[in-house]
Amino acid sequence: MSKFSRRDFLKTTAGAAAAGTLGVGSTMWSGEALAQSQWAPEKGAKLRVLRWKRFVQGDEDMWLANTKKFTEKTGIEVRVDSEGWEDVRPKAAVAANVGSGPDVIISTFEDAHQYPDKLVDVSDVCNYLGGKYGGWYDVCKSYCTEKGKWIAVPMGCAGNAIVHRISVMKEAGFSEFPKDLAGFLKLAQAYKAKGLPPGFALGNATGDGNVWCHWLVWAHGGKMVDEKGNVVIASPETEAALNYGKQLYDTFIPGTLSWLDPNNNKAFLDGQIGMTANGISIYYAAKTSQDPKLKAMADDIGHANFPVGPIGKTTELNLFFPMMLFKYSKYPKAAKAYLAFMMEKEQYEPWQQAAIGYVSHPLVAYEKNPLWASDPKNAPYSNSMKVMLPNGYAGPMGYASAATMADFIMVNMVAEAASGAKTPKEAMERAKARAERYYKV
Amino acid sequence: MHRLLNNRHVLGLLFMLPAGLLLLVFLTYPLGLGTWLGFTDAKVGRAGHFVGLENFQFLWGDSVTRLALFNTLFYTAVASVIKFALGLWLALLLNRNLPFKSFFRAVVLLPFIVPTALSALAFWWIYDAQFSIVSWTLMKMGLIHQYIDFLGDPWLARYSTIAANIWRGVPFVAICLLAGLQTIPVSLYEAAALDGATPWQRFRFVTLPLLTPIIAVVMTFSVLFTFTDFQLIYVLTRGGPLNATHLMATLSFQRAISGGSLGEGAAVATAMVPFLLAAILFSYFGLQRRKWQQGARD
Repeated sequence: MSKFSRRDFLKTTAGAAAAGTLGVGSTMWSGEALAQSQWAPEKGAKLRVLRWKRFVQGDEDMWLANTKKFTEKTGIEVRVDSEGWEDVRPKAAVAANVGSGPDVIISTFEDAHQYPDKLVDVSDVCNYLGGKYGGWYDVCKSYCTEKGKWIAVPMGCAGNAIVHRISVMKEAGFSEFPKDLAGFLKLAQAYKAKGLPPGFALGNATGDGNVWCHWLVWAHGGKMVDEKGNVVIASPETEAALNYGKQLYDTFIPGTLSWLDPNNNKAFLDGQIGMTANGISIYYAAKTSQDPKLKAMADDIGHANFPVGPIGKTTELNLFFPMMLFKYSKYPKAAKAYLAFMMEKEQYEPWQQAAIGYVSHPLVAYEKNPLWASDPKNAPYSNSMKVMLPNGYAGPMGYASAATMADFIMVNMVAEAASGAKTPKEAMERAKARAERYYKV
Repeated sequence: MHRLLNNRHVLGLLFMLPAGLLLLVFLTYPLGLGTWLGFTDAKVGRAGHFVGLENFQFLWGDSVTRLALFNTLFYTAVASVIKFALGLWLALLLNRNLPFKSFFRAVVLLPFIVPTALSALAFWWIYDAQFSIVSWTLMKMGLIHQYIDFLGDPWLARYSTIAANIWRGVPFVAICLLAGLQTIPVSLYEAAALDGATPWQRFRFVTLPLLTPIIAVVMTFSVLFTFTDFQLIYVLTRGGPLNATHLMATLSFQRAISGGSLGEGAAVATAMVPFLLAAILFSYFGLQRRKWQQGARD
């Protein structure tokens, strides 16, 4: 994590908030006003944006509509391309190092820390937005600041939460979803006893596997590396996590070792499992289905944030999206204007609604987006940015943390221990050896 | 100029130039670059420094790479042998005078024609832990009481992916061998029959020796395809469960592209080359030997 104290943050935020007041309100975005502002676009500016491909159609439609609005107001042409989210990362790395490509790339996780010197300082944009919209959640600073500077604008994250069946939970004697690990395990066992076992992905599932395995280890106080980047995964805390994971695994439906990202969605909607971790998509698939059986299931689906472990704070990992502006861009001011425009309330909230809560906001003020209150079941997803830790916690972000995740070291460790293929001790020693390769000095 | 163009050798070189350039640009250069990257610590988008054999040293001690090497050898060996046996059998059957001969010959090619990514998706459903049609059928017949965990158990996953690979690879072997079978003159069989050779003897002393050159070529290709398989594994398991189905090719991709360690990924890919070369050399210097083909021994 970068050395960026709260004091520094407040200082820069306050300064920029003052500067930002010049352009408060949507009037700022008319061509003339924009020309007077700090982001007066370059003459003949044209932008190319590369983003991850939508999970729900509404997201893409509204993002493009907002982009069109930007073009209409400012005259700046913007072309938006999208690619599957796992493909954006290598493309961004190539663009960064070849020195040409889209002006703005909306990528995933800690990409901004992989080539911070290739990115434009966007502190002005972030301080303006943060000042106007109640500040950024802490995790944004981990992902997007370096040495006190913002090197990317947080777009939000695709939140994960526990998806489960309320009726079974009530039958098992729980009035609400347990908030601690002991209760969570008890509930999982109850689900299994009721014939609707839990199922969490343990195959090489980039999204679903990583999310819950990181939570499991972090919740017990285990972590891959310490603040200095020393690999400390082999610890009593990790061992406790793996032992707990084994007990949890015993309640799972058979076959989770082979599960990739789509498996839990299919199994849940088919009524084979009663609990999993996922984005909001399962609920929406059920809610919008024409099938009366699925519609009934939607009423029974509950969402909850992951329980909190002995370390006493939330420890989730969600798919974070940084928006990076590259130094090779010929129109950095126009690009900054675009980024700020897209994050303004008038654009962001409708976009978030169109994405049906798939994307959780990075700015505190958007907690009040009517989307979250419109269906109480959406609420846990509104917390996603609040309850998460940065990838590679608690160490520095960069190439090593990214590679460690891509190599499924955490997921493999949990899977090996849970399935009994290795003892928890063996599994974490192996994870340590693998991670040390990436974190070697 | 006119004279130069009329020179056979100059003209010959000139005509070869485009093909040579294509090979150089699209084959030699990438291969050379890939090999070079294996000796550097390059990251995606970041030029690396020469680090000598460091990548290979690390990979040698890396448990996942060792497992992937074992998986690849196992996968290739088992799949190739079975593909050869089934392919030969199928070719012999198709070589007979069957009704609807050409129809069958065309149909046999289907698995080979379907894009691998698509057939892999079909297998993904067939092997699904919850929705497998195989498990469902066996359950309904009362033969099993729990769904088979095709891709969740390490050994079962290895066999399942091998089965999918075989399904896809048999037509290639069968059709190539069929072509070979048809080049064998019928008169040889007639002569053998007149000498009182049994069907087995006809196969052993006429068909097999004459087919060996084709077998050598076909099996070389088959081994190469299997050894470098990627799509099937990537769709079915991404190398899971517990890396039990990671092949060298999928591991190389995971390390190089997803993980960003271009140098290390290239080293994994480069490490495949000796094995591939060995396979090629074996087929060319071994199977193509005239002595062997005539049934003699060294």
